[in-house]
Amino acid sequence: MFGPLIVKPIKSKGDKTGAWRIKLRPKFLQKNCIACRMCVSVCPEACVQGKEKNTFTCDYNYCKGCGLCALVCPKDDIVMTEEEAEGEKK
Amino acid sequence: MEDRALFKPGHTACAGCGQAIAAHLVIEAAGSNTIVVNNTGCLEVFSTRYPETAWGVPWIHSLFENAAAVASGVEAALIYLGKKDATNVIAQAGDGGTADIGLQALSGMFERGHDILYVCYDNEAYENTGIQRSGLTPYGANTTTSPPSAISIGNIRPKKPMPEIALAHGIPYVATCSAGFTQDLQRKVKKAISIKGPKYIQIHVPCPLGWRHEPGLTLEVAKLAVETGLYPLIEYENGVLASRKTITPKPVEEYLKIQGRFKHLLGNPEAVKQIQEIADNNIKKYDLRSKEPKDN
Amino acid sequence: MREFLEGSRAVAEAIKLCKPGVISAYPITPQTHIVEELAQMVADGELNAQFVNVESEHSAASVVLGAVATGVRAFTATSSQGLLYMAEVIFNIAGMRLPLVLTCANRAISAPINIWNDQQDSVSLRDAGWIQLYVENNQEAVDFHLMGYRISEDKSIMLPVMVCMDGFILTHGMEPVDIPEQEKLDKFLPAYRPLYKLDPAEPLTMGLLADPDYYLETRFAIQETLKEALSFIPKISKEFSSIFGRDYKDCLIEEYFTKDAEKVIVAMGSVCGTIKEVVDELRKKGKKVGLLKLISYRPFPYAKVYEALKNVPLVAVLDKAVSLGAYAPLAIEIKATFFGKKKSPKVVSSFVAGLGGRDITLDSIKEIFRKLSQKEVNQEFIDLKPELLREEYGG
Repeated sequence: MFGPLIVKPIKSKGDKTGAWRIKLRPKFLQKNCIACRMCVSVCPEACVQGKEKNTFTCDYNYCKGCGLCALVCPKDDIVMTEEEAEGEKK
Repeated sequence: MEDRALFKPGHTACAGCGQAIAAHLVIEAAGSNTIVVNNTGCLEVFSTRYPETAWGVPWIHSLFENAAAVASGVEAALIYLGKKDATNVIAQAGDGGTADIGLQALSGMFERGHDILYVCYDNEAYENTGIQRSGLTPYGANTTTSPPSAISIGNIRPKKPMPEIALAHGIPYVATCSAGFTQDLQRKVKKAISIKGPKYIQIHVPCPLGWRHEPGLTLEVAKLAVETGLYPLIEYENGVLASRKTITPKPVEEYLKIQGRFKHLLGNPEAVKQIQEIADNNIKKYDLRSKEPKDN
Repeated sequence: MREFLEGSRAVAEAIKLCKPGVISAYPITPQTHIVEELAQMVADGELNAQFVNVESEHSAASVVLGAVATGVRAFTATSSQGLLYMAEVIFNIAGMRLPLVLTCANRAISAPINIWNDQQDSVSLRDAGWIQLYVENNQEAVDFHLMGYRISEDKSIMLPVMVCMDGFILTHGMEPVDIPEQEKLDKFLPAYRPLYKLDPAEPLTMGLLADPDYYLETRFAIQETLKEALSFIPKISKEFSSIFGRDYKDCLIEEYFTKDAEKVIVAMGSVCGTIKEVVDELRKKGKKVGLLKLISYRPFPYAKVYEALKNVPLVAVLDKAVSLGAYAPLAIEIKATFFGKKKSPKVVSSFVAGLGGRDITLDSIKEIFRKLSQKEVNQEFIDLKPELLREEYGG
């Protein structure tokens, strides 16, 4: 007999830490992005993704709103904005 | 999110956690052919709470002090299976799990010459258990077990010189990194992985909770530690200094004043002077002062 | 092949047959000869294994944990202080359901420091979730290590096995032993095929944090598995017997003239050999005495012990360990076996002997049989020297 023991990554979706955000969320303007990937490197959640210029965005299910991506973007293409109304907070 | 991600979101690190930044950069630099052995600590706790896991690579946690020893066993098993050349082994821990309770196992791993990269996430205290002082807590820091008072400046001891201790073991690669310098971090991890033998990388990772700063300031704090000379970014190959990040030194006050854990020092010029001396000694020892008008 | 071997060497030969891929140990008397023999075998190319010379027992246990987690059979040996030093890893290995065989060369526990034999070390870790088998002689030492891997690695068990052999008495004692042939062993013990392992081809996470919503079931599962082991161990013993020709019956207990006995001593380990000699001698004189040898201390075979002793009027339990502040560890299990049952011995007397290597002689055993009477003895220390005791400290 076995109890809780081992987890396969494929089975784990993680906690919905996006619910931790209180005031602000990063808005990825996707206008002047040069695909330097600094936002990807610097996100503690590893939830920023993108390929070519102006394709970067984060997964708001997980983003905790720390603001580091916005601070580090050399083109100011990420802006911390107020959380939208309840309906869009997902 | 990608299911093939090596470090996945949905973990429960504090917002702005420096260790989370460094951890995902390390595993992304090492790649998917990596087995990770983790000591007990912030990283282990926030990334693997049953039934969730943030790790897309094989990962094991045993106890607080034995990652270096468990990793030695993993490495030995891989050699036996003929798979060591194709597989990286990383042992990782916090500063307490490395320099204090984990030092014995780490020293043994170095001495036996295992082909393992050891990564120390240095947030300068036992943060996971509530900000207690460790051997890598810097001079003057406020922790719950080295609290400042009318007659004490907080932690009265300097940081244990872990990179020097690693070097003294004669291992082929020792480097310090910072969460504030992400490309430098990844370069060093890739470099270390390419070398056979024991490697030691120590990463300075700000802890917004324990160091008492806003989550959004993590990178700023990390950068200032380096730019004041308090946390030199150095790289040793086979015992010889191969690179260091040169700086135009900023006064240590700039670093101290943005963190609550040093707040009590700001009215204490003697203490600040001693901390400036630590920085100055580093600058001298590693010749950190940039010769150019700009940093490289 | 039958050879006259030192116990440590016999164990090393047994381990060599099992072909572990990683061996790691730290020196401690009286286990050291085992790993020295293995080191020589590895150096001579007789055994293909990674031999990791660690800086402490805690690391020795951690190294084998890591090796088994990576899917490679491993081995370590220790005693006394070493076992206690690795105690948290011992609990860890069982909790992580990793198969392993560890030799505990039983030795007394400090303080005071004492390198001679008693069973305090392994007995003090009885709660860890390991299977604990106690050997009477060096042949059992060989055979139980072989069975140990087979039991441990079975998908229905996946728990580590500690083979306990009395330090010096067995480890340094020379006896004729039969070391099986490799071909026969290979029939009995296949290569280790892990249920789970660290492998980049199939990533998984081991050793997660289990909060109150998840922890309880892990312990329940081990408890249930150890109950299942009470049926599984006899199966393996039967298989062993059919291949190697040595029959350990259920390999949980051994009944030596207990059927019609009026007095039986219960004991574990090499002292059973001494007790058998006394039983033989007294039986010749017409005395109805017997020995119940306990092989499996964990899982404790309550049902088997009950059946063996339920009609025996007087039972003495010989403990080579103590649980300071309470009844002796083996005595209490024997008492618990019969509590609330219809049939039971009239008397279960508890004797402690042999601590710190104090010799248990034929006379000591005879004394126990003599003292085993209608008046229950509540933990008497055999061969105690009262002249060494003082009521007050000083002088």
